Amino acid sequence: MNAPEKILKPWTKPSLSPHRVGVMNKFGAVRQHHHQDEVDGVAIEPLLEQYGSPLFILSEKTLRENARRLRRAFATRWPKVRHGWSYKTNYLNAVCSILHQEGSWAEVVSDFEYHKARALGVPGSRIIFNGPWKPSAILEQAAREGAQIHLDHLDEIYALEQVAKGLNKKVAVGIRLNFDTGYTESWSRFGFNLESGAAMDAAQRIASSEWLNLTGLHSHIGTFILDVRAYAAQARIMAEFMEKVEAETACQIEYLDVGGGFASRNALQGVYLPPDQLVPSFDQYAEAITGALLEATRARSAAGQPLPTLILETGRAMVDDAEILVTRVVGGKRLPDGRRAAILDAGVNLLFTAFWYNHEVKPLRPLDGIPEETVLYGPLCMNIDIVRSSVMLPPLNVGDALMVRPAGAYNNTQWMQFIQYRPAVVMVTQAGKVEVVRAAERLSAINDFERLPESLRVPFPQGLPE
Amino acid sequence: MTRQTLDFPNVESLKRLALSESGFIFDPVTGNSFTVNHTGLALLQLIRQTLDVGQITKRLQAEFVIDASVAERDVSEFAGLLKVNFQ
Repeated sequence: MNAPEKILKPWTKPSLSPHRVGVMNKFGAVRQHHHQDEVDGVAIEPLLEQYGSPLFILSEKTLRENARRLRRAFATRWPKVRHGWSYKTNYLNAVCSILHQEGSWAEVVSDFEYHKARALGVPGSRIIFNGPWKPSAILEQAAREGAQIHLDHLDEIYALEQVAKGLNKKVAVGIRLNFDTGYTESWSRFGFNLESGAAMDAAQRIASSEWLNLTGLHSHIGTFILDVRAYAAQARIMAEFMEKVEAETACQIEYLDVGGGFASRNALQGVYLPPDQLVPSFDQYAEAITGALLEATRARSAAGQPLPTLILETGRAMVDDAEILVTRVVGGKRLPDGRRAAILDAGVNLLFTAFWYNHEVKPLRPLDGIPEETVLYGPLCMNIDIVRSSVMLPPLNVGDALMVRPAGAYNNTQWMQFIQYRPAVVMVTQAGKVEVVRAAERLSAINDFERLPESLRVPFPQGLPE
Repeated sequence: MTRQTLDFPNVESLKRLALSESGFIFDPVTGNSFTVNHTGLALLQLIRQTLDVGQITKRLQAEFVIDASVAERDVSEFAGLLKVNFQ
């Protein structure tokens, strides 16, 4: 009689984890590493097979839901609200077009972004034009097309005045303000300072111009602002300045643009609490801003004067959680201090925000083994290429796929063509279809812009020693 | 070609460890404790018996579903981990 065949056990990477005292999170909120293998019901692994790894995946559904939540939060609290989509946050045409379909204007800060908005069919009259440098050609186009131009400094007032004169057209403008809210560091490099009197000087200069008409005030108090009281202070200060400008000049302020800066559900490095406990909701931001505005404009309302339109330029909080980056493990090693390291096929060339966020990292399938501290490196031959300097993950094998999220804000605009090709970006549509919204780069994407002089076209001329 | 020996930590320092079947390790010299997974435990027990990588690989293959090359790679990595913690 034959002996029964021995059943072999499955192999997982051997792991050894030291027990450490004093590293418990007293709030008990450990970021979970449950796996996730789909986006809006579409399996991710087949997408990696088809489009390659790494891969950015956008969710149309999440983006539209975010746009609607923002609108609902503010429109239920203030009579006139407008959103300008911050192109620099993510100017993939698909992202911009979804937000325009949801009613957002384009908020641009350069001639390139202005051209991009126009190429998408956005009329000039629905473009908010910010930024410290607006070259004369684009300034003229914006003035001609009725864009909402926000002036940043005195020279720009004079430049636009010349443009308006040349067009023989009185141009409506806004001015960017900077001031101390008491909660955030003042971004004094942009716009006119309020406390020094420069902002009122600018308002009076414009009010006296034959060619310009001051109709709006703009400010942007910072980025990733977690304290909603900063926005309440901003709204109050801007509303008070509006009253002062209208009292001292003949200008009628039609809008207050509070800029962007709402935090997304991402984890800033050096911040102890997880984003779920820290990041305010759109409703909390809306309550702070509109509450302060209602208070500051009470006399205006009582006098029957029109209330200004409230403009938001929310970027990061709109798109960050609508996109993920999926990457594969390409190698692993032990560092001299015993920590485990994994090398991924995506690094800071694609995930620029890894410099300031601890992104959430989830495997696509359940991984066996005890989680241990792991360093995630990118593929660049550069020491700075670290996706996560410390994350608890089970043992990783070559080929394992990881999801890095949220990745929708600033990565598709600040990514670098550096050492590696940039990968495809696909979008899962509301209908559950998968569309390529940006093809993966090929060599021609870089080489087509280069010109090689005739004399350099033979790499190894005859006669060179071997 | 499979290497015959690896640079393991001193076997005596491994033999002093108290191992439980559930993967709890206590080092009585340093007072440190650790958790190993089931493959790590099997490997540690093998290493306490022999430092011959060929032998270790063969015995792992008799117990687990694993290629010789993967076994050698993982044994090599685990040896490095043991050195860091128990040298």
